Amino acid sequence: MKDVHVECQRLMDWQELAKGCLIQEAATSLNFKTGDWRSMRPVWSEDKCIQCLFCWITCPDSAIKVKDGKVTGIDYEFCKGCGICAQICPEKASAIEMIREEK
Amino acid sequence: MKVIAKTGNEAMAYAMKQINPDVVAAYPITPATEVVQIFSNYVADGEVDTEFVAAESEHSALSACVGASVAGGRVMTSTASQGLALMHEILYIAAGNHLPIVIALVNRSLSAPINIHCDHSDTMGSREAGWMQFYSANSQEAYDSIIIALKVAETCGVPAIVSTDAFIISHCMDRLEVLEDEEVQKFIGEYNPKYYALDIGKPKTYGPLDLQDYFFEHKRSQIDAFSKVLGTYNKIAQEYEKLSGRYYPAVEEYRTDGAEVAIFTAGSTADTAKEVVDDLREQGRKIGLVRMRMWRPLPIEEIKKALSKFKAVAVMDRSDTMADFGGPVFLETRGILYDLDKRPIITDYVYGLGGRNVEIADIVRVYDEITEVAKTGKVSKPVTYLGVRGEE
Ligand code: SF4
Ligand code: SF4
Repeated sequence: MKDVHVECQRLMDWQELAKGCLIQEAATSLNFKTGDWRSMRPVWSEDKCIQCLFCWITCPDSAIKVKDGKVTGIDYEFCKGCGICAQICPEKASAIEMIREEK
Repeated sequence: MKVIAKTGNEAMAYAMKQINPDVVAAYPITPATEVVQIFSNYVADGEVDTEFVAAESEHSALSACVGASVAGGRVMTSTASQGLALMHEILYIAAGNHLPIVIALVNRSLSAPINIHCDHSDTMGSREAGWMQFYSANSQEAYDSIIIALKVAETCGVPAIVSTDAFIISHCMDRLEVLEDEEVQKFIGEYNPKYYALDIGKPKTYGPLDLQDYFFEHKRSQIDAFSKVLGTYNKIAQEYEKLSGRYYPAVEEYRTDGAEVAIFTAGSTADTAKEVVDDLREQGRKIGLVRMRMWRPLPIEEIKKALSKFKAVAVMDRSDTMADFGGPVFLETRGILYDLDKRPIITDYVYGLGGRNVEIADIVRVYDEITEVAKTGKVSKPVTYLGVRGEE
């Protein structure tokens, strides 16, 4: 796993840095893949899903993939496995199950 | 030149009005309440263009200042004591992001026991936060310092605290010479930060997570920005002298020619001590005064230059380090003098906590004792608690 700094060819000296840890581009979190933090994996079942989008709005990592207003899956490159989506999923649907990550 | 009568708080609010910042976010606290109260009147009366944010706490007030400053605004606030303590976390965030916010502060003791009067424990407790610190001796200096500090802050990308002594300066009416609004505007110029969040054509990332690989380098560059403050300050203070006729060195010497001993102190006590110096000089005593005005960054060479010529120096500290070794000015000054081949003897007087009055007789006593120390070369008591019952 590399973060945005390490993707530079080399680590910079302090004299070369912009003041205050400023990064001269936006949305750098896209370069910081947090998926390998996960110990529990959310597994989504399309059949059970009632498309309420509660999981999408509560996921702290924007890891619920949505297309045309519908959940299409989970982005495991960023999902940290917090389980909020599974908790928030309405009981009658229970469309997300948390399972242990295997090596 | 216009001469008006104003208290310390009125003087600082007036300087803020003439600066006309983009954003002021504040929460009231005695004895600094008036600064933002008066300023909010300027806002209500349309005398400034400032967006005034009445926050729900000092933590929120300074947080709002940080947001406004990152956005690219010229930003100020005011607080005292517990308010500064509550801002403590955000002080580091403002400084670490190089945001040139200016706080008009009134020095007040920290609880417990609860007290609203003057000592310097609030700002001394924040001296490692990365903010410049200026201690004013009177209202005039507070007014001038706000204007100077803002320009230094914006030039260096380092935030600043300008303070006065609670009630002694903040609430006492003083003669004040003020500049015209246009003169202040011309002096400070327009604030054009190189990077700012509202530069929507060039989006950037502010305040990201910074781990083992870069945090240290960013801190090192922050220290470097701080190391350039003093030179910039000296230049801007001279520019200000040309404009106003008033010059404020980082460290002020008063009647030190031929003096063998001196008091080294800050704030309003320095003005009181000047009276004592005049009287004792009349009597032929070889004494002088050195006033600490800028305390962050430490004007190391200036302090060395000012104090090295004496046989003995008595520091008067209006706070204590709780290290059982006196106050912060004493400890840091001792550190600075360590490099000298010939060092003056140095002792400490912790005084005036919680607004305990410092009398002429107290200062005379300090001069008497330090004169004796210089004569005998012996220090019987390195730290004295001056003016507290139960102590000699
Ligand atoms: S487990 Fe947490 S991070 Fe992963 S998709 Fe669910 S809410 Fe998002
Ligand atoms: S919370 Fe459950 S039911 Fe609602 S969209 Fe997400 S997975 Fe589907």
